[in-house]
Amino acid sequence: MRSADLDGNAAGEAAQAAWAHVEVSRHPDRPYSLDLVQRCLDDFIELHGDRQGGDDAAVVIGLARLGGQPLAVVANQKGRTLEERGKRNFGMAHPEGYRKAQRLFTLAGRLKLPVVSFIDTPGAYPGVAAEERGQAWAIAQTLEAQLALPTPYLAVVIGEGGSGGALATLLADSVLVLEHAFLSVASPEAAAAILFRDAGRKQQAAAALRLEAANLLEWGIADEIVPEPPGGAHTDWDETARLLRPRLEARLLELTSRGFDPARRRERYRRLDGLFSA
Amino acid sequence: MAISPAYARPRTVDSGFTCGACQRTFPMAQAAGSLYVCPACGHHSRISAHERVRQLADKGTFQEWDADLAGRDRLGFVDTKAYVDRLAEARQRQKLPDAILTGAASISGHPVGLASFDFGFLGGSLSTAVGERLARAIERSAAELRPFVCVTSSGGARMQEGVFSLMQMAKSVAALHELVEAHVPFISILADPTMGGSIASFAALGDVILAEPKAMIGFTGARVITQATYEQLPAGFQTSEFHHARGLIDQVVDRRQLREVLGRLLAVLGPSAAEDARRPA
Repeated sequence: MRSADLDGNAAGEAAQAAWAHVEVSRHPDRPYSLDLVQRCLDDFIELHGDRQGGDDAAVVIGLARLGGQPLAVVANQKGRTLEERGKRNFGMAHPEGYRKAQRLFTLAGRLKLPVVSFIDTPGAYPGVAAEERGQAWAIAQTLEAQLALPTPYLAVVIGEGGSGGALATLLADSVLVLEHAFLSVASPEAAAAILFRDAGRKQQAAAALRLEAANLLEWGIADEIVPEPPGGAHTDWDETARLLRPRLEARLLELTSRGFDPARRRERYRRLDGLFSA
Repeated sequence: MAISPAYARPRTVDSGFTCGACQRTFPMAQAAGSLYVCPACGHHSRISAHERVRQLADKGTFQEWDADLAGRDRLGFVDTKAYVDRLAEARQRQKLPDAILTGAASISGHPVGLASFDFGFLGGSLSTAVGERLARAIERSAAELRPFVCVTSSGGARMQEGVFSLMQMAKSVAALHELVEAHVPFISILADPTMGGSIASFAALGDVILAEPKAMIGFTGARVITQATYEQLPAGFQTSEFHHARGLIDQVVDRRQLREVLGRLLAVLGPSAAEDARRPA
């Protein structure tokens, strides 16, 4: 549904459909990264800290195996209980979280480990302390670290993929998106505030941004949409993982078995929008 | 990542120029002579991309690159107005195909690749066309061993291009890798404002980062932070000086000294420095 149609009933339906997608991606019972890491990967060992004085719990890093292949793992982590949400800041990272991810990319490069990233964040934390410590610089450097990573890199958007904060761990060789997950330039609320000066028009903004997962595939930003159990991932975590794990395994095998060249990843993001050929 | 549609344009009254900060009026010739920095209070008014190039490039040296590179409305986007109409109006008003001007130039005799954002064009926001033109300028600078100088004045992502706008952050950083491999320096100059996706990608990755005085720079805008967190903002929050004090910007440079400072930097970092770095040890 094109946003140009946003008048009349068709528009209302488009807005409702887009918004339903956003609500499923944010469902409080939706499996979070660690729920899927535990179900899809073997022998996960969490590591801590950015080695520069911080350990942001909104970003989890660690080591694991998948089908015998050792991996480095990076994941956004929302909290489920009120206490955990506070500790993990609802999955919104401070600069220390992005520097923690950079540390993981460095480690992976040094030990020749492929990286698997799980994305589920409303975005980077919008706070004074984050700005004071260089939030924008931390994200920019993380983008750079991803594009310099010398090993195969697989990302899966499992829920919310909000803005630059999501991009910090998304620039992979292969990008999977769960059926009800989304990636957006801004949250629908923020986009509505900017475009309509009214955060309440979030449904209309969601439709205009066309942020359903299927579009990402059509536009070449994602390589594959991974189906969820009927109704959405929140209905059955085990089944969600059962559908996801073989796709991770297959993609990883594909990346590790072909002659791997990180220049291809830079080329992918350089040519991504496909509108121009230099 | 917000672009503000309210662009505080310095008011020009007939032959006069009124400072947006202190409201004093000066003859246009005097304002132009002080590079649109207020002779009374030192406020740096926002300037167009064309004016920026006039101020920085040696006279007659600017050769525009990719002058016909324009984007399109990929999403069929309509908010309070159709995006295609917004684009058409901005093109006519700003005399640019999109919010950036790029080309080859000399600064104090040093050849450079030069990019300048135009805030008057939809808030200098990052569209696909802006990202593409920026990336090509970066790559051409790398290929020609020209130090790359980019003056950013951008509200961040362009909402009307949705996720394509977001991906320009990745595109610009991917292009910057060419400068890294060619050992060609990147001087990033942050002008008012440099926000959101622009500072969180290419603009923060300069080998040297300069900023104009009191430019607003940051990932999330002050209004959004206040709404989201109810936090009190410290004095001078997100100004150039604020970031300089925290080690994020090398120097805060008055616009009237910018050309000279660039000349001195380029004398040290110029093409010969790049060639030395490329020579095998």
